[in-house]
Amino acid sequence: MRREIPMIVAFVAGVIIILEFFVPSLRSVASQVQNWYLVVVAFAILVGAFNLLRMNYMKVRDRRADWPYSIILIVGLFTMAIAGIFWGIGQGTVFDWLFNYLMFPMSSTMFALLAFFVASAAYRAFRARAVDATLLLVAAIIVMLGQVPIGSIWIPEWWPHSLVFLTPDWLKDRIMEIFNTAGQRAILIGASLGVVSTSLRILLGIERSYLGEE
Amino acid sequence: MDGLTLFGTWIAALLTLFILSFLYKDNPFYKFAEYLFVGVSAGFWIAYNFHNLLVPNLIDPLFGADGAFPKLIREGQPDFRLLTIIAGLLGVTMLFRFFPKVAWVSRYGIAFSVGLGAGLMFIVYLQANCIYQIWGTITLSPVVVTETATGWHFDWGASVANTLLIVGVVSALVYFYFSKEHKGLLGGTARLGIWFLMISFGAAFGYTVMARISLLIGRMEFLINDWIKGTLIALGLL
Amino acid sequence: MKFVRWLADIDRRIIFLVIAVSVVVPLLVPLGMRVKVTSQTKIVYEEVEKLPAGSNVLVAFDYDPAAAPEVHPMALAFLHHCFAKKHKVIIMALWPQGAQLAVSAMGEMMQEFDLEYGRDYVNLGYKPGGDIVIKSLGASFPKVFPRDMAGASTADLPIMAEVRNLKDIDLIMALSAGDPGIPAWVRVANALYQRRVAGGCTAVSAPQFFPYLQTGQLIGLLGGLKGAAEYETVTAYAGKASSRMDAQSIAHVVIILFILFANISYFILRKQGDEGSGGPTARPPA
Repeated sequence: MRREIPMIVAFVAGVIIILEFFVPSLRSVASQVQNWYLVVVAFAILVGAFNLLRMNYMKVRDRRADWPYSIILIVGLFTMAIAGIFWGIGQGTVFDWLFNYLMFPMSSTMFALLAFFVASAAYRAFRARAVDATLLLVAAIIVMLGQVPIGSIWIPEWWPHSLVFLTPDWLKDRIMEIFNTAGQRAILIGASLGVVSTSLRILLGIERSYLGEE
Repeated sequence: MDGLTLFGTWIAALLTLFILSFLYKDNPFYKFAEYLFVGVSAGFWIAYNFHNLLVPNLIDPLFGADGAFPKLIREGQPDFRLLTIIAGLLGVTMLFRFFPKVAWVSRYGIAFSVGLGAGLMFIVYLQANCIYQIWGTITLSPVVVTETATGWHFDWGASVANTLLIVGVVSALVYFYFSKEHKGLLGGTARLGIWFLMISFGAAFGYTVMARISLLIGRMEFLINDWIKGTLIALGLL
Repeated sequence: MKFVRWLADIDRRIIFLVIAVSVVVPLLVPLGMRVKVTSQTKIVYEEVEKLPAGSNVLVAFDYDPAAAPEVHPMALAFLHHCFAKKHKVIIMALWPQGAQLAVSAMGEMMQEFDLEYGRDYVNLGYKPGGDIVIKSLGASFPKVFPRDMAGASTADLPIMAEVRNLKDIDLIMALSAGDPGIPAWVRVANALYQRRVAGGCTAVSAPQFFPYLQTGQLIGLLGGLKGAAEYETVTAYAGKASSRMDAQSIAHVVIILFILFANISYFILRKQGDEGSGGPTARPPA
């Protein structure tokens, strides 16, 4: 029964939400259940944070590789959490200062590193080896040019409208509105059918991987 | 720029440079910043959850000054908000994951959130991402005619665009159909679908490059304007 | 030939250095290139323009600091436009860092407009749950946000007296860096409650939202730093995005040149029958 009852809970929760769309009188029940979901998600996030703390504590305790850095992690976690919980998260608080001068720059810079790696990867791997790759490459170049002012500043005022198809920004717009929309739509439809079938499998108890091992 | 802001800007700049040092090679400065980032982020999530979720949606409705329990004690009247205890209990079951012998209890909280999510995804994905998108394709007209002051005119641009869009969606969907071998007409259509998908991925790559460069520009602007120029101004050298 | 092979196997740190220089130099020496405004941006602009003064505009800050260089400038330009048109702005976030970034954005708006918290705008803060939160807002705002970000009761705020659920929102502007974000607002707020949703997003996620534009599920889209620069141009807001487009342009040209050089050297080496000695273009020996 340790698996069957949770499966029933999943089924009931999901069916309430589905039926609400067709049975308006279930709206208040569905609304209550949705509010419960917000509380459960809060605990799920806490589980993730505590797990991180536990893993790094064990790293320090067992003196595994890079263990001194785990102390930095733990100190950072407690500083931010205590500052936020006890002194508030509004503007002008210690929490706000830590967010603006620690978290914000580090988060931004981590992702800014990707600019260098995308340039390096494009240089080393982006080859027109086949028709498919050539199409990808040409589309990428047109979009990169069309997206920035430098792609259109060379076009003089007298450029005839009949030749607008030779300009990068016109080509970029057509690529995005036609080819990109077509490709992304096919992916959206395919992915949504996958989500629908997985949701159905979960509700019917066919998909049970979320319950973990026996 | 006041002293605390200048101090904060220097901390931010140093952490930025620590992370950028990874471009040369992995080093202790980068590792320090990386671990600090992970710790501070986790602490951020904990503090936010406490103030934005646990307090207003669990603690206040049950134990606040006007909460269900104080009301029950004061007036003897049960409140529908007492049902929030169920949410609290389901949430607490998640914490049982840390104790292997009773970890199975966490299945209740997980099953509730997974089931509810599955129920909602079933409807919204079907409606917004499937039906609406199919509707958007089948209602496109491959022949677009516009009425002007001089009469009816065949709109080449819109007609070709709509035709290409319909052909592109159908051929790309055919490519994703793997229940039959891609031979003959099916294979040819799938091949056309791949070409549409490749152009789509090329466009996505172009936008991705733009996104990454934008992030780098943001950091460089901070280093130049806020850190270097800001420090020189604070020192009266600019 | 040696030069071509060296070019093919160049140390990636040289590439990093060239990229860094291509970004830093235009920031120090601006070129002042004009930004052309596209139709998608004009649609968002006109949507805000045609709303009567005092309309309820919900702005969702669904992004984090990693996306801030692209999305924050468009958030500022959009908020500036809304307050200039005297709309009432309800701020919320499906990402926790978004709520904090909203505080920073409003700090800048307060320097320019005489705004009263609770009457002209409110910051409801963050709620996790994505689609579920939006669906719950469709039923009741006070149930999802009994308190605002600062902890005050939302029932006491004049701006929330007219906003009971999503149906009281005239326009939703979803500023997003992923999901939850624009996809969630389209799936739930538009599909289930027929709310008008406009979007501002990072460039990396923009291509996937074009199908929504074609069906009208999304009325307009500001994509990446270019979208932010366009909105600054069309609203004549002196923001940071426009000045960053010079660096964006030069960096794009440099990367395109990298790709072209790499392909030219690839084809030259392939024609020579020699794929290079161990570089990325090398084929393993037969």
